[in-house]
Amino acid sequence: MISWIQVVSTWTIPVLIAFIPLYASLRKVPVYETFIDGAKDGFQTAIGIIPHLVGMMTAIGMFRASGAMDAIVGLIKPLLEGVGIPGDVLPLALLRPITGAGSLAFVTDLIKEQGPDSFVARIASTIQGSTDTTLYVLTVYFGAVGIRNSRYALKVGLLSDFIGFFAAVAACWLMFGLV
Amino acid sequence: MVNWIWMGMIVFSVLFGAANGKMEQVAEAAFGGAQTGVTVCLGLISILVFWMGLMRIAEVAGLVSKLSRLLAPIVRRLFPDVPSEHPAMGYILSNMSANLLGLGNAATPMGIKAMQELQKLNPHPTVATPAMCTLLALNTASITLVPTTMIAIRMNFGSVHPADIVAPTLLATLISTGAAVIIDRWYRRRNKFPPTSTIIQKDGAAPPTTLYKPPAPAGGG
Repeated sequence: MISWIQVVSTWTIPVLIAFIPLYASLRKVPVYETFIDGAKDGFQTAIGIIPHLVGMMTAIGMFRASGAMDAIVGLIKPLLEGVGIPGDVLPLALLRPITGAGSLAFVTDLIKEQGPDSFVARIASTIQGSTDTTLYVLTVYFGAVGIRNSRYALKVGLLSDFIGFFAAVAACWLMFGLV
Repeated sequence: MVNWIWMGMIVFSVLFGAANGKMEQVAEAAFGGAQTGVTVCLGLISILVFWMGLMRIAEVAGLVSKLSRLLAPIVRRLFPDVPSEHPAMGYILSNMSANLLGLGNAATPMGIKAMQELQKLNPHPTVATPAMCTLLALNTASITLVPTTMIAIRMNFGSVHPADIVAPTLLATLISTGAAVIIDRWYRRRNKFPPTSTIIQKDGAAPPTTLYKPPAPAGGG
């Protein structure tokens, strides 16, 4: 099971990188020109995140430096560590559904503080990568068509985020915790 | 809401820092955080540029529409209220395929188009229909094949195996999407008011799952 999961992690990216241009070439797509065209968008995207990340990293950096983060994490830590969840990822569970830039900044801060290959940082990366920002998606999608009564949509989104949080922790235990 | 969280964190940090006598560190962290923000984004450029270039190839080569055809039999079951020939179905499929390939920028406009089409089936324009709620649930859970941004950040901070989060992410995203679908179903059954049905019967569109014959998945077209 473990080795199978590692194979997925190692192979997914190289296989995609080879398969996509090959498939496109067979379909007579000018792959290199198309690549350059799309790559320009990537530059815009990366630059576009700067203001968001600067704003959020500042707030989270201050929050940590003031000792407030440790105080909050310290309060909840004993409850979570009993079930194998590092206390440090808890603020992420609260931030993730609300603000994408905020949770990205939090994960970045955690990776910086604890090292990218620490168990906590891996869990945090998994949580950040495996779901989207529920509140943002709700606002954009329903806002676009003028829905004001979202009925049970928010509850569904938040509940599945909640389950996703535990799924991410469990997946990391399965892959990194036992070796 | 984000406004309040951001403001709250900053103000609380200053108050808490004042009480703890950590004012100096708080001030330092403000500028340190800003610097990290810029550094991280600059580090993201390499991977985002490469990945979005690659994904543009996937898009132009028709992988999105190919994937849509593969997903169709499953997706139709998730939206029993939407007639299978309705334009909304096409947009829903494109939205999900783009999500799956990590084409966030392509997924959102498709999702909004799908919402607009679903709105045409909506008897109460300000109230979400069950189909809209399902589409939203799928998008908030958002199945992710390759978490590009996280791999890039891990790489920046010197991870030994930046990509080793791919498998756990895939596992977690499958579970949370499955959960979203199930929870959505559960609420849909429970909420009978306002009217939950948007089925348009006049075209004789019976439940699409019974009429629809899934195409052979591989090699077609």
